[in-house]
Amino acid sequence: MTFKIKPEEIYVPSGDVVAREIEGEIIIVPLSAGIGDAEDDLFSLNETGRVFWKMLNGEKTLAQIVKALGKQFDAPLARIEKDVVGLAGELLKRRLIVEKKRS
Amino acid sequence: MTPANRFSEKISMNSRRLWKKKHPQLGHLDIELTERCDNNCVHCSINLPENDVRAKERELKTGEWRRVLQDAAELGALSVRFTGGEPLLRDDFAELYVFARKLGIKIIVFTNARKISPELADLLARIPPLERIEVSVYGMRRESYEAVSRIPGSFDECRRGLDLLRRNHIPFAIKGALLPANKNEIDEFESWAMTLSGIGHPPSFSLNFELRSRRDSAAKNTFIKNLRATPEETVAILNRHRETYRKGIREFCMKFIGPPGVELFHCGAGLGGCLDAYGQFQPCLALRAPELSWNLREVSLRDALTRGLPRLRKMTAVNPVYLQRCAVCFLKGLCSQCPARSWAEHGSLDSPVEYFCAVAHAQAVDLGLLAEGEHGWEVTDWRDRISRLSAR
Repeated sequence: MTFKIKPEEIYVPSGDVVAREIEGEIIIVPLSAGIGDAEDDLFSLNETGRVFWKMLNGEKTLAQIVKALGKQFDAPLARIEKDVVGLAGELLKRRLIVEKKRS
Repeated sequence: MTPANRFSEKISMNSRRLWKKKHPQLGHLDIELTERCDNNCVHCSINLPENDVRAKERELKTGEWRRVLQDAAELGALSVRFTGGEPLLRDDFAELYVFARKLGIKIIVFTNARKISPELADLLARIPPLERIEVSVYGMRRESYEAVSRIPGSFDECRRGLDLLRRNHIPFAIKGALLPANKNEIDEFESWAMTLSGIGHPPSFSLNFELRSRRDSAAKNTFIKNLRATPEETVAILNRHRETYRKGIREFCMKFIGPPGVELFHCGAGLGGCLDAYGQFQPCLALRAPELSWNLREVSLRDALTRGLPRLRKMTAVNPVYLQRCAVCFLKGLCSQCPARSWAEHGSLDSPVEYFCAVAHAQAVDLGLLAEGEHGWEVTDWRDRISRLSAR
């Protein structure tokens, strides 16, 4: 199964996880069975991952998130895009995020 | 390193990597949902009858538990243990479980599995607790199990509950209590528990039972004392898996053994917290001393944590016998004496507990740390003795 990330799509946190912000860290706790890889997995996002996660508000496409991150972080846009697509692909594979359905 | 690895990390609750900057105010909370139990185990330190109406009326109500869980989540708790008594006796168990999981809290359940229904097993499969359910099993046969639980039909119900967990692929671990009624089953029990739960190590056993933590029955305490493994039996049981035991205990002694000094609390008490069924916040589930608990109907969880518990860490012993013995005894790390057990046995926080002292001394003699008749508090060359143990 492939998890193709589409920059023009909007991705949102899955309803099958609970994201908690504790002492400045985002901890993603699976709620339903089959999320993540194993029974006791939690996921922690670092500072950059945290900024990305907070932008998954159901309004911005991935391409818009890349642009917004480009304004916040001092790195070439191509590099940010590659990183964001990689992270989103990993989160999608683990079902921590889902593609928002267009109405 | 992939982009995903740069920004996210898969972590486990036991990982030291979890908190890189600052620890939350509350990492874990133990919750005794009820003191009532559908078993009436001979060795139990807490249980009340299942149909104890007064106890049930006093228990926190669903809304109060929800508030506690909400507060715990706000203080950063990532895990909660639901224990008892038998936590599944609460009619609102499923509701509280789902509520806590939706707050992003992992749940550890201590149960005898008798009340695991198909509906509950289905719920636990759909919304996994994210920690193994811990099931206490008291015997391999109906006769031995029910000689401990003293409830006809409990053996079959326990087996039915375990079967539901297994068939629904819900991870669980089995624990035992070694008692006269089941001690001849120990080999069979170990092998069965490892196979059934899929855990690659033998199950844990209770054998040095604690007395009633509410100090509510001298008669029950006398009964429990008679069920405890003797120091010699304890050593024999520890040595059943001799190589593993010796390796583990050597590492333990190198890290944790030595005279504790006058401070009373050397464990995790006061770093997290526990709640009894009636909303009383305590340093640990076994420590029911009224002067060390706060009622959450009167103070908030945050206040109990920030104002109440820190003073515990500074409490010191005043009992001269404790100061002459326990405070200077290098075996303190091996000894199960603690303020909770001292309180259960003597009603004070700083009394030696002779039974646990005898167990620790027997263990030390077996390990070659003491000669027969020596006392841990009289030994001055304990560092050399530990070095010799670690070199063996």
